[in-house]
This record gives sequence, structure tokens and C-alpha cells, in this order.
Amino acid sequence: MIKFQNVCKTYENGVEALKDVSFTIADGEFVFVVGPSGSGKSTLVKLLCAELKPTDGEVTVGEYDIGTMPRRHVPYLRREIGVVFQDFRLIADRTVYENVAFVMRAVGASTRSIRKRVPYVLELVGIDHKADRMPDELSGGEQQRVAVARALVNNPDFILADEPTGNLDPMRSLELMTLLSEINARGTTVVVVTHAHEIVNAFKKRVITLEDGVVVSDRRGGYFGPGRIRHEQE
Amino acid sequence: MNKNKSSVFSHLIYFIKEGFSGVFFHGFMSVAAITVIAACLLVTTTFLLVAYNIDMQIEDLQSSNEIVVYIDETLTREQAMALKSGITALDNVADAIFVTREEFFENFLDSLGEDTYVLDELREDNPMRDSFRVVMEDVALHAETLKALTELQGIADSNSDVELSERLVQLRSVVNTVSLTLLVLLGTVSLFVISNTVKLALHARAEEIGVMKMVGATNSFIRAPFVVEGIILGVAASVFVFAAQWLVYNYLGAQLSQGLPILTMVPFEEFRYRLAIILFAAGVVLGMSGSVLTIKRYMKV
Ligand SMILES: Nc1ncnc2c1ncn2[C@@H]1O[C@H](COP(=O)(O)OP(=O)(O)OP(=O)(O)O)[C@@H](O)[C@H]1O
Ligand SMILES: [Mg+2]
Repeated sequence: MIKFQNVCKTYENGVEALKDVSFTIADGEFVFVVGPSGSGKSTLVKLLCAELKPTDGEVTVGEYDIGTMPRRHVPYLRREIGVVFQDFRLIADRTVYENVAFVMRAVGASTRSIRKRVPYVLELVGIDHKADRMPDELSGGEQQRVAVARALVNNPDFILADEPTGNLDPMRSLELMTLLSEINARGTTVVVVTHAHEIVNAFKKRVITLEDGVVVSDRRGGYFGPGRIRHEQE
Repeated sequence: MNKNKSSVFSHLIYFIKEGFSGVFFHGFMSVAAITVIAACLLVTTTFLLVAYNIDMQIEDLQSSNEIVVYIDETLTREQAMALKSGITALDNVADAIFVTREEFFENFLDSLGEDTYVLDELREDNPMRDSFRVVMEDVALHAETLKALTELQGIADSNSDVELSERLVQLRSVVNTVSLTLLVLLGTVSLFVISNTVKLALHARAEEIGVMKMVGATNSFIRAPFVVEGIILGVAASVFVFAAQWLVYNYLGAQLSQGLPILTMVPFEEFRYRLAIILFAAGVVLGMSGSVLTIKRYMKV
């Protein structure tokens, strides 16, 4: 479970990125987080993976309280969260297979379990036929699949994606979102930060809308952007 | 994830592999680092060995429990032999053995070995003096005993190397000071060089480190390969230095024993294991602390 309770985040320069934000995401949910640029979405993501601590209020991820947890627990929190970034962040001089195997080794998996798990995950995201390629030999969509495979491989409870479709064309974006919702169907909680209105509208999932650091809407259905008429759904 | 015993082993292999690949990846930098560290260790160990040799020499001089005193040649043999009671009456003297000048000369010839026929004519005109071999009870009181002996009537001279010994003690304190200064100075230089190399490695792998942190690798797991890299640099340097000392020391030893036969160097074989252990430990400690300090400074979670 993810829980934000009256969370405020003020950066050192005085910018109030989040102001009294509260919501709960239950296990197994699929949630879009939307909002205009600068509304605090990435700040929210950074709080979830303990890159930042809340200035005020409480952020809880599973059993971890982000505000009070000791530093040495941070790696173990991060093992429960698979993160997918807009810019993929693959290691350029390692093959697709190694990019994924690397994160298993990084959390102490044995060579044997790596050999078993990595091909399975690569197949799951449909990139197994390019396991020996280097990242720069792949298209953007393929690279993003590798990034998803990497986020998945340690079997996290949560998948957190910050604008994962930012570098993809609409077709690839739709494919990726479909993949994420399939993963969600297997029981993983998925949180996707995005600007892609069409996709959000197409999926009919829960949407949390931020504006200027405040949650202005939290409901199931389509994108409720600024200046648009906000319809109630159901 | 599933962490079992075999994974501990595969980690170790991973760290060592990554450590070595770091050393090779930064080939030129690594060679430069190893060279500088080796130079520092070479200078430091050279001074340590000089200090060690001086120590041994002093110990040698001071551990001899005998002093030979020569008797004024104007004394008759009877007068000379009569000095014995005066000598044995002194504090710290256990025994005094009279050695005639003829015996002394024969001993001297014996000690020279074969080709002594050139000295045969000297036998008639013996340049030696009668003497006493004085045996001390406590070698620590060497200087005091010698003073008492030379103050006796009829004693002309002695063979004692108190002066040499004192000069060596002075030299030792100078060498020790220099060694210590060099140890600190060159140790710092080595640390700095290792730190720089590791910093470069950290830079080259910033991307990987970022990913590792993001997926929940512990700090110690991320650090280990860099620490291994530092240790490899340190130990590689110490291996070179050991080999270099072996060659140089034996060469110098051979040269010195030809030029200055009184000064004997301790044979390399006698301390090579100790030197190897000291160098190895220095390499590991330098490499480890150099990299740990750097990682702590440049890799915040
Ligand atoms: N490290 C930082 N220091 C100071 N201010 C920051 C920092 N990071 C973000 N901000 C500010 O906080 C506010 C929210 O930023 P955030 O990155 O969360 O927005 P966002 O919703 O992710 O925007 P975008 O859609 O453009 O990615 C912005 O005003 C931004 O300028
Ligand atoms: Mg953002």
C-alpha cells in the first residue's frame, strides 16, 4: 500500500512542490498521475523511492515510513519498487541481457536464479530475441521494454514509471501501457506519471491530477486537465 | 531475493572481476598509480632497511661481552701479568685472560687465513702488545666498564668500539626521523594517487552506480569493486617493490662487503618473509583506505 497523508514538500530554494497532498493507493491498483509541468509529479515519485523526504506529513510505502526510515533501509525499500524512467537509463556498454541481469546481481541474487529469471522477464516484455544486442542498437520502444524488464526482474511489489512514454510515438506508448496493465493484472501495483492524454483516456483507470502541488482531482476515468470541463464519472 | 551461500561466492568473483576490469579499463592511469606508489614504497622500505641494518650493527657491537685491553709495552711481562688482580677487582668484570703478544700475533695470522708468508718476517719484530681479554658480567655496562679499565695504570688502549656504537646510535635516530617523515609524506602521496584513480573509476561508472542505487543495491555492494581495485593497485606496487628490493639489496650488499669489509649487511634471506608481509600489508592498507576514503567522499547515497 502507498499512502500520502498531508504531505508537504518544500525545496531548499523555497519552492513548495507539494502542498498538503493526501491519497491512498491499495495493493494491486493501477493509477495514473497527471498534471501540468511543474505541478509536482516528479517530486511525488522521488518521495516514493526515498530520494527525498517529506517536509511535513507522512509518506508510507509498504512497511516503510519514508520520513523516518534510517538510511540503511533505503536499498531494501527500493527492492520493492521497480522504477521506469522517461530516458530509460540503460547502461550503454552492456547488452540487454546484462542490463537486466545486473540489477539482480546488485541485490544479491545467485548466478543460477539470474540465469532462470532474466530470460523469463525478457520474454514477458517481448524483447527476448534481442537479448544480446547493445541498447543503442534498439529502437526507443524496445529500449523502454528493456527498462520495464529491468524494473520487473526483482519481482517488486510496485512499479513506478515517471513519464515512460515521453520518448515514444503514440503507437509504442499504447503498447507499453498495455504491457504495464498486463503486469498490473498479475498483481503488481502500478503508478504511471504521464502527459499522454489519449492513453489516460483510453485506459479508464484511476487518475490523480496534480496542479501547482495540490491534488485537484482523484477519480476513475479520463484525463481531467486544467481548463477542461470536469465531468463526474459514475 | 534468494540469497544463499553460492551467491556469496559468486559475489566475491564478481567483485574481483570488476576490480580487475577497473584496473585494466584505466590502464594508463593504473600503471601511473602503481609506479608512483611503488616509488614511494621503495624509498620508504629502503630507509627502513638502512635503519634495520644500523640496529643490527649496534646490537652486534653492544652484545659482545668481551673487551680487549692492550698493555703499555714499557711494562715487563711480570708487571703486565700482575695487572690481572686490579682488573678482576673492578665492578662488572667476570674474568680477565692474559694473552701474550706472541699468541696474539699467531691468532691474527690464523684469522687472515692462508697467504700470510709475507708477514713471516714480522714474526721476529712482533708489532703486537700483550693484552687481556676482559669478560663482562653485564654488556649494558660496557661503557662504564671500559672507562674503569682505561683508567687503570698500565693499560694503554682497548679495542672497544664504543665510539662507533655511539655514532651509530646517533645515526639511527637521524635515520629513524627521516624514515618516519618519509613514511607519512609518501604514504600521503600514495593515498592521494590511489584516491585519484578510484575517483576516475567512480566517474566512469557513475551511470552504473546510479542504476545500482535505484534498484536497491546496498552501499557496501556498490563499493566493493572499487575497494578491490584500490587493493589491486596497492598490492601490485608492493610486489614490484619486493622484487626490486631483493635485487638492489643483494647487489648493494655484494658491493659494500667488497668495499667496506667491516660493515656487514644482514642477508636478505634473513628478513625476506617479514619484508614481504610488511609490504603486502602496506599495499592492502594503502589501497583499501585510499579507495574507501574516496568513495565515502564522492558517493553519497
Ligand atoms: N531539486 C529541486 N530544487 C528546487 N526546486 C525544485 C527541484 N526539483 C523540482 N523543483 C521545483 O518543484 C516544482 C515541481 O517540480 P516537479 O519536477 O515535481 O514537476 P513535474 O510535475 O514533474 O513537472 P514535469 O511535468 O515538467 O516533469 C517545480 O516548480 C520545480 O521547479
Ligand atoms: Mg517530472
